[in-house]
Amino acid sequence: MGWSCKGPMFTLKHRTDPWNQGRDCTGRARRFLALRPSPVPRPRDRRGTVEEIYASTTFRKALLLVGLVILLAAAGLVAATAGAAQVGAGDVWRVVAGKFLPAYRGTAGELARTVVVDLRLPRILLAVITGMSLAGAGAAMQGVLHNPLVDPYILGLSSGAAFGAALAIVLGAGFLAPVYGSVGPYLVITNAFVFGILAMWLVYGIARLRGTAPETLILGGVAIGYLFSAGVALLKYVSENEALKELVVWLMGGLWGATWEAVRLLFPLVLASQAVLLYYAWDVNALLAGEEVAGSLGVNVRRVRLLYLGAASMAAAATVAFTGIIGFVGLVAPHICRLLIGNDYRFLIPCSSLLGAALLLVADTGARTIMAPTEIPVGVITSLIGVPFFLGLLLKRRSQISL
Amino acid sequence: MKIVVRDVTFAYNSHAVLHGVSLGVAEGEIVSIIGPNGSGKSTLLRCLARVLQPRRGAIFLDGREILAIDARQWARQVGYLPQAGGTSFPITVLEAVLMGRKPHIRWGVMPRDLEAVERAMRYTGVEEMARRPLGELSGGERQKVLLARALAQEPEVLLLDEPTTSLDILHQLEILELLRQLAVEQGKAVIMVMHELNLAARFSDKLVLLKDGSIFAAGRPEKVLSVASLKAVYGVEAVVSEGRFGLEVLPLRPVAGRGTLGGDDTT
Ligand SMILES: Nc1ncnc2c1ncn2[C@@H]1O[C@H](COP(=O)(O)OP(=O)(O)OP(=O)(O)O)[C@@H](O)[C@H]1O
Ligand SMILES: [Mg+2]
Repeated sequence: MGWSCKGPMFTLKHRTDPWNQGRDCTGRARRFLALRPSPVPRPRDRRGTVEEIYASTTFRKALLLVGLVILLAAAGLVAATAGAAQVGAGDVWRVVAGKFLPAYRGTAGELARTVVVDLRLPRILLAVITGMSLAGAGAAMQGVLHNPLVDPYILGLSSGAAFGAALAIVLGAGFLAPVYGSVGPYLVITNAFVFGILAMWLVYGIARLRGTAPETLILGGVAIGYLFSAGVALLKYVSENEALKELVVWLMGGLWGATWEAVRLLFPLVLASQAVLLYYAWDVNALLAGEEVAGSLGVNVRRVRLLYLGAASMAAAATVAFTGIIGFVGLVAPHICRLLIGNDYRFLIPCSSLLGAALLLVADTGARTIMAPTEIPVGVITSLIGVPFFLGLLLKRRSQISL
Repeated sequence: MKIVVRDVTFAYNSHAVLHGVSLGVAEGEIVSIIGPNGSGKSTLLRCLARVLQPRRGAIFLDGREILAIDARQWARQVGYLPQAGGTSFPITVLEAVLMGRKPHIRWGVMPRDLEAVERAMRYTGVEEMARRPLGELSGGERQKVLLARALAQEPEVLLLDEPTTSLDILHQLEILELLRQLAVEQGKAVIMVMHELNLAARFSDKLVLLKDGSIFAAGRPEKVLSVASLKAVYGVEAVVSEGRFGLEVLPLRPVAGRGTLGGDDTT
């Protein structure tokens, strides 16, 4: 296989070419040398062979991945120990080991157990899950829509979810309302999820009429987004004081609603979404070369786009339903990773997800401790941490962020 | 791999572009599609590359309808280089060429993938640029990288849309000789769109001359490139001679009444 010249000589069979006669297949190399007066020794050792370059860049990417895992673990430990109740790292270890390692025999104080297991752990895990799903979805959507400004809330997802939540909060109406009996958190969650997905389907359905081109999807998403936002504005306008406050808080987003139940529900969903995103990473890499080329490389462009958008929006819609709208993480985490390792989606997806998780976890820990007992909206902290870091990278790195 | 195009008709929405095009390409053959701007060369190549589906007619690869071939299998057999135009994507040269291995890669990159990449990069002379971002290359350098991508794919059939258009003369010759070597030694079929008539004539076994979406003439270069056909298709008066190095086409001037400045006709 390959292009290498194996035969000793080749003669052209079907045409006579005076300028080619008697040339063997090393002629190319020979003429090359003849044209270059002093054949410089190949700078192999300096730049490396393709294999070495590939190995070193892949190593870099893997290094970032490992670094982010460590960062996330550290952030988790800090988050577990931070707060009003004094719980040390040792306590955290004893509690966690006691809960998850059946063979572990150590015991922790009752207070530590309650605080860590009932309060902090679900909140930490929800932050991780949410950060992962938003940042992973951001990277995925930016990738298949070829647009750096896209975030997981594009395709009308956030406005749809907000409208669903508003319907539930303000009017107590919505899917399954009879089942839940009264306006409870479940009604809000279900409604937000259903309307988020509904908005997305609407946009996708519209875009399909024109071959699901990225521009149509994005503009359709923006348009449908405005429609639902108008609905939310109207509901705000007609709502009572109490409901209005609740709605505003929901719209701001936050992780105070963290429960083990939420974690158990979301975890498999986000895992499945990540699996889909990783499975098609090569196809999305190829999509960077344009739809035509990707198609000729064996990529089913339509299917990959649908599955990527579907998997990403599912995870985003589900987490949004529990946390309200948390912006910025999904936009900025992928870009930070992109600036560090480029556009290889095999690594970009997991790196973005981990960074998003770490960012949201740190921000949430800050949000609940800085002004305790008052909570600052987590979005505020995310921006305060993320923006300077992001701008710093943007200015320091010469390489392009474009898609 | 043998390609047969049978009576292909294509239209972009209502804008008819190809009208009943038929041709055959055997393995080891280099066929160049030539013709004026907008005559449908790229459209024909896109149909061959399965990017577009013909309205009528069909294309066969070794007797199989191309639309019926499994995508992955297809991608291992046919490589496609679109006409250069803008799309520069933010990845490194190495990553761009590695993309050509996509049809051969499940998940992990194997040593033989990297070997193919290295070979392809050496052939187009871009191996020194491996780490550079594609967006920072010159137009010709980028074209060589994209060509290397198609070569790294190691397909049996290469579909190349103006592969040498923005290359300097040395690299034009190198690439065309490389293509011929691939055809002669490895039996690859090469179908390419060309504008440079002399190079097309010299390096192709057959030419296909398109005019307004129909084949005006097809066959051996000396048959296709005649004074009369150049005049009829391009509207150019030219001298065609069989020189020491084969066919030589020297375009002289637009035929009377075309492309002159305000009737200042010097003829
Ligand atoms: N995507 C498109 N939608 C509509 N019309 C198109 C599209 N692409 C090409 N055309 C039209 O089809 C005709 C043939 O185009 P094509 O690109 O095949 O020409 P070409 O022979 O490759 O020209 P050139 O030498 O300029 O590359 C032109 O009239 C062009 O305007
Ligand atoms: Mg063209």
